[in-house]
Amino acid sequence: MSAEPILAVDNLEQRFKTPGGLVYAVNGVTFQVAAGESVGLVGESGSGKSTIAKSIVRLGEPTGGSIVYRGQDITHLGDNQMRSLRSKLQMVFQDPTLSLNPRLSVRQTLSEPLRLHKIANGKADLDAHLNRLMDLVNLERNLLDRRPGQLSGGQRQRVGIARAIATEPDFIVLDEPTSSLDMSIRISIIELLRNLQQEMGLAYLFISHDLSTVRYLCSRVIVLYLGTIVEEGTVEEIFSAPKHPYTQALLSAVPIPDPALRSSRNRIVLPGETPHLTHPIVGCPLADRCPYVEPSHREGRIPMVSVGPGDHRVACLLYQDGSGAGATAPDASEAA
Amino acid sequence: MTEMHRPLLAIEHLSIGFPNERDGTMHPVVRDSSFVVNRNEVVGLVGESGSGKTQTAMSVLRLTKPPGQVLHGRILLDGDDILQMNDIQLRQVRGNRAAMIFQSPRTSLNPLMTIGNQVGRIYTRQRGMKKKDAGDATLEMLRRVGIAGPARVAASYPHQLSGGMAQRVMIAMMLACDPELLIADEPTTGLDVTIQAQIFELIQEIQQETHMALLLITHDLGVIAEVCQRVVVMQLGRIVEIAPVDTLFADPVHPYTRRLVGSILRPDLEVLPAAARGNDFPPVVLEVGGDRYQAVSVDSWRSVNVGRPEMVEVAPGHQVLAHAVDAPSEAVA
Repeated sequence: MSAEPILAVDNLEQRFKTPGGLVYAVNGVTFQVAAGESVGLVGESGSGKSTIAKSIVRLGEPTGGSIVYRGQDITHLGDNQMRSLRSKLQMVFQDPTLSLNPRLSVRQTLSEPLRLHKIANGKADLDAHLNRLMDLVNLERNLLDRRPGQLSGGQRQRVGIARAIATEPDFIVLDEPTSSLDMSIRISIIELLRNLQQEMGLAYLFISHDLSTVRYLCSRVIVLYLGTIVEEGTVEEIFSAPKHPYTQALLSAVPIPDPALRSSRNRIVLPGETPHLTHPIVGCPLADRCPYVEPSHREGRIPMVSVGPGDHRVACLLYQDGSGAGATAPDASEAA
Repeated sequence: MTEMHRPLLAIEHLSIGFPNERDGTMHPVVRDSSFVVNRNEVVGLVGESGSGKTQTAMSVLRLTKPPGQVLHGRILLDGDDILQMNDIQLRQVRGNRAAMIFQSPRTSLNPLMTIGNQVGRIYTRQRGMKKKDAGDATLEMLRRVGIAGPARVAASYPHQLSGGMAQRVMIAMMLACDPELLIADEPTTGLDVTIQAQIFELIQEIQQETHMALLLITHDLGVIAEVCQRVVVMQLGRIVEIAPVDTLFADPVHPYTRRLVGSILRPDLEVLPAAARGNDFPPVVLEVGGDRYQAVSVDSWRSVNVGRPEMVEVAPGHQVLAHAVDAPSEAVA
C-alpha cells in the first residue's frame, strides 16, 4: 500500500452486554484498506467480522479504538455528521429481501439516495441517473416500476447494489452479498461486483465466510478468529501458503469441487468449536484448539510478525523468530 | 431382478404436486422422476432452490406435507412400495429401515425433552431395551458421534447446544435406529465450514463402517465432489442428469448441469468459471444408438419447440433428460 489508506481501523474493540455477561466480540483489530483495493474479511461465526463491518458504516458504536475514513476520525460521529459521509461510504447487505423496502418500487428505492444527496436535479436528470444505474447493474430498465416481491433473488441483489453505487461512493462494505443466492446466480453477482470495482475504482471490504468467493473477488485477505486478526496477506499468500494453524484448518475444511482430488486431500480438523468469549483474550485465542500449543502461548498478547517479503503477517508464536520457518511451525504446503 | 441386484431404493416416475392457490389444481413440483440408490452407495441429489430436491427426499419417508401430495409413481424400499404401506408398516420403515436428518437440527429435536431422553426413547421404544440399558447405550452413542462430554450433553436441552453439537445428536439418534438408508437434507447448511468438515467426516466414517446407503441432498457441489459416488441433478422439478461423480464434473452433458459446473468457484485454484466469462450453455444434440436427441434446459423449454422429454442413456450409468428430434437439420438451428 503506497498512498494514504481510504480506511484505517486502529485497535478496534467491541464488547456487548448480554444476559450471560460481557461478550468480547472484537478485540483490538487493526487494518487498512487502500483506495480501489478489495479486501476480504473472513472468519466463522463469532469471529467478529460482521460487528467490524457494522462499526465501519456506523450501525454500531465501537467500545474502543478508532475508524478513520480519508483522514477523518468517524468513530463517534453523530447521525447528522455521518449523513454527508454516507454517500461515499456504502454498504450492501446479505439478504436483499430484508434490506429493500417491500412497498417501494425499484424507482423509488433508487431515487431516494439520488435526491437526498442532491445528485440528480429535476425529473429528466433523475431519469437519466436511474437508467444509467440500471444499465450498470445489468437490469432491464422496465423493471424500474416493479417492487422487490416481483423480482428474483438475483435481481433484488442487483437493486441492492444499484442503491449502494447510486451516490457514487468510493468505499463499499459488502456483507455476505451472495450467501442467500443460488450458485448459478451467485457467479453473475460476483462478476458484476468485480466489473463495478474496476469501472468505478471502488474499494471493497468484503465480509464473507465463503473462501472461494473471497479468492475470486479480493486482492488481500484478513483472517479473523474470536475478534482478533490471526493472519493477513495477499490472496495468493493466504491461499497458497497459509501460516496460522487456524487459517490452515479453515482452508483445508473447504470442500473442493473436484472429485479427482478427493483422495489427496489433507484435512486438518481442529477439535471443538469456537467458544463464546466472555473474558478478555490472554495469549493465543486458538490455544485451546491448536495442535501446536505450548504453555508459553497462553500468556501476554501475541504480536503480528512478518512471514513473507510483502505484507504477509501472522499472529502466531511459531513464527516468532521472523524467518517464518520455526522448528515447530506447521508446513503450510500440507494444508493446501 | 434378484434380491442381490435389486437397488435398496428405487424411485419410479415420481410426481408430487401442490394445489394452486387460485383454482386448486395440482401444480407439480416434482415431475416424472426416477432414480435408484444401491446398497452401500452414496448418492448426491443436487439442485438450486425450487428444484424439488427436498420434496423428493421428503416423499421417500412419506413426509410430504399436505396439501402437497404424491400424484404418481412408486417408491420402492427393497422392493416394498412405501406409498402403499399402512401406518404400521410405515412405522417399521421410518427410523428403522430408513432415517432422515434435516437442515436445522435444533428444530428437529423436541425442545421440552433432554437429549438423553430423546436418544434413549429410540432404544426403549424401537429396540425394546430397559431404561437403564437404554441410558448406557445413549451415552455410548453420544460418545461415538464425537461428543466429548456425553453425560453433560445427555442432561441438556436442545437450546443449550450449538448447531454442530445438535447435528451430532441427530446423527446419534439416526445411528441408534441403525437404518439401511439415511437421507440427509442439507445436514450442514448454516454450520461453519470447519464444523461442516467435522460433520461430513463423521457421516462418511459411519457410512463406511455400517455400509448404510446415503442419499445426500445439497446445493453444494464441493460437498458432492467430496462425499458422493453418483449424482442426480434436478432443475425445476425434473431430473436432468444422472452420472457417476467424476463424469458429472469432467463431462457434464445437460445444459443446466454445464451451467452449474461452469459456475463453480474453486478455493484451491485461481480459475475463471466458464459462466463468468459470459458463456451461455446452449441446447446439446446427442446421438444415441442412431437416434438424435436434444437436451434443453427446463427453463427454456417454453421457447423451444420440443417433444416429450425422456431420460436418455449417453453412456453406461450416465443419463440425460432430452427429447427426440426427427429432422436433425432443423433441431440444431
